Amino acid sequence: MARLTIVEAVRDALDVEMGKDDRVIVLGEDVGANGGVFRATDGLYKKYGQKRVIDTPLSESGIVGTSIGMAANGLRPVAEIQFDGFTYPAFDQLFSHAAKLRNRSRGRYACPLVLRFPYGGGIRALEHHNESPETYFVHTPGLKVVVPSNPHDAKGLLIASIRDPDPVVFMEPKRIYRAIRDNVPEGDYVVELGRARIAREGTDVSLIAWGAMVRECEKTADQLASKGISCEVIDVRTLSPCDWDSLLASAQKTGRVVVVHEAPRTLGFGAEIAARVQEELLLYLKSPIIRVTGYDTPFPYFKLENEYLPNPERIGRAVEQVMKF
Amino acid sequence: MEKTVKTFSVRYVQILDENGDVDKKLEPKLSSQQLRELYKWMVVERVFDNTALSLQREGRIGTYAQSLGEEAVHVGSVYATSDADWVFPDYREHVAFLMKGVPVKSLFMHWGGSEDGMRLPEKSNIFPVCIPVGTQTLHGVGVALAAKIKKEKLATLTFVGDASTSTGDFHEGMNFAGTFMAPAVIVVRNNHWAISVPRTCNDPDWGGCQTRAETLAQKAIAYGIEGIQVDGNDILAVYSVVKKALDKARKGLGPTLVECICYRLGAHTTADDPTRYQDPKVVAAWMRKEPLARFQRYLKKKKLWDEKFEAAVQAEAKRMVQQGVQEAEQHKPKATDMFDFVYEKLTPNLKKQRVEWQD
Repeated sequence: MARLTIVEAVRDALDVEMGKDDRVIVLGEDVGANGGVFRATDGLYKKYGQKRVIDTPLSESGIVGTSIGMAANGLRPVAEIQFDGFTYPAFDQLFSHAAKLRNRSRGRYACPLVLRFPYGGGIRALEHHNESPETYFVHTPGLKVVVPSNPHDAKGLLIASIRDPDPVVFMEPKRIYRAIRDNVPEGDYVVELGRARIAREGTDVSLIAWGAMVRECEKTADQLASKGISCEVIDVRTLSPCDWDSLLASAQKTGRVVVVHEAPRTLGFGAEIAARVQEELLLYLKSPIIRVTGYDTPFPYFKLENEYLPNPERIGRAVEQVMKF
Repeated sequence: MEKTVKTFSVRYVQILDENGDVDKKLEPKLSSQQLRELYKWMVVERVFDNTALSLQREGRIGTYAQSLGEEAVHVGSVYATSDADWVFPDYREHVAFLMKGVPVKSLFMHWGGSEDGMRLPEKSNIFPVCIPVGTQTLHGVGVALAAKIKKEKLATLTFVGDASTSTGDFHEGMNFAGTFMAPAVIVVRNNHWAISVPRTCNDPDWGGCQTRAETLAQKAIAYGIEGIQVDGNDILAVYSVVKKALDKARKGLGPTLVECICYRLGAHTTADDPTRYQDPKVVAAWMRKEPLARFQRYLKKKKLWDEKFEAAVQAEAKRMVQQGVQEAEQHKPKATDMFDFVYEKLTPNLKKQRVEWQD
């Protein structure tokens, strides 16, 4: 057992898989000698050499498109895009090809690649470095979308993603890259994709979140416990394929749902959760489902980012609202 | 101070002229059987093309992209590949699939509206039809890069059109190929048209064209790789240049861009009406340079072609294509396949929707 941060757990997962399977190749901008701008690939270049830890040109579509070819020819590419906002140039490759290759060749070709990138706000970064684009990926059939919220899951989910036979978008909450240090088992283990986690059990209201927002929900739950409100916190972990059974079970139990995400509200993944919950559980609900999210605006420059991001105060207000309904 | 730091040039290769006369010094060493094989494949593609066009007009397949006029580029390039080499087509290189061992029926299944058509045989190293133009450049480079990492002795052959050279992915692919010295050969089928937009700029002061660059081959220079221009109506030139490029790639000597100059003698697709934008006189002039008749003249001079041979080749091509049509028309796609191939295993969500569809 080692005490690791999320970014160290990511690095550890890459190291474990590269050590076990020489088909696993890391590629991206500055992932080599520099060890990645967040150090997620630190030391791997020295350990595995330039043909397994590949510094590429600054070329996001190139990174993903090349990874598709590498995956088709038997490798397991793990591509890093430096920041959330720079995944956009790679959307065509990801949506038109990676996501569809298996289906449009009816299984002749598969595309087992992982696209990792740090996402989300809260680190006083420049514009285009704070995006939460999960909805685009979840909306694209053929992709899997994974968002860890803690070091243990980051490692286990990344190993599972690398071994997965389908393309996985792996979004790392950069705001808490180094915020938590946690016990992480050494060596090989997986956290199965498609399984949500009950981060905290409760009875009055279900707070459903992923990535950095799980912590905000946990803080909210702490604060509300003193007021006698019992919050259940669900960490979705895999947005696609989503563990609807676990989400719905919690919603049925509490009868009240608050969904929290950083992405803009309209058509964010919270909208899908709200739709599903009312489709399946209308008569169990004690209140409307409320979304606490980023606003439907571009992510603001960092002087206003705390005004934009959900926090325990906003989440707490939503909880009080559903309790009072 | 000012000085010239570098100058560049672009070579052009033609081996067979329009009359079918050969440049003896450049004539590739191909046996009589191989020469006749090249001819047969070109006839197969033309018969396939005519058949597909008729089927589309009869509503028996969907929108179809013709290959008329590009046969030398397709056949000459793919003939130069080894079985281990991979081919990355866009949507016009029908014969490339057949030459890589894909049955005719698969192509008609594809153009007839079923994904099953691109369930390509395992032994066929060819990627499915690629409609988002230029994107396949990166797949070819990616497979080449993987081959280099795995120390496989193979090269990749990627086809793009002239308009693909305007896309970002073409340039990103070229740059990746150059930086990593990937064993990749990229063939540009310069057929002069992207639907209605011409390859060449005719207005000295405005666009309405694909690029002001004098050649497409020169785009290789920017990436530090070799670029060469070929008469794309001359199958011997296409074959020789692509063969050399593939051999070079397999030896680890880097990628090549081959610009093949041909002419789109049909429409962009069956949904297009080229009379709205093409000058029939120009089309007629290019028709006189077309690749099949030219190669036939050459074979005739070498006493490898006569009416009897032609009749046999045509009959065999028609038989092969007709059989493919019949087989494809018997094919019924399985509706549940639309759920079953999205992921390796059905997700709970898709399982539910699959049941919903069946109810």
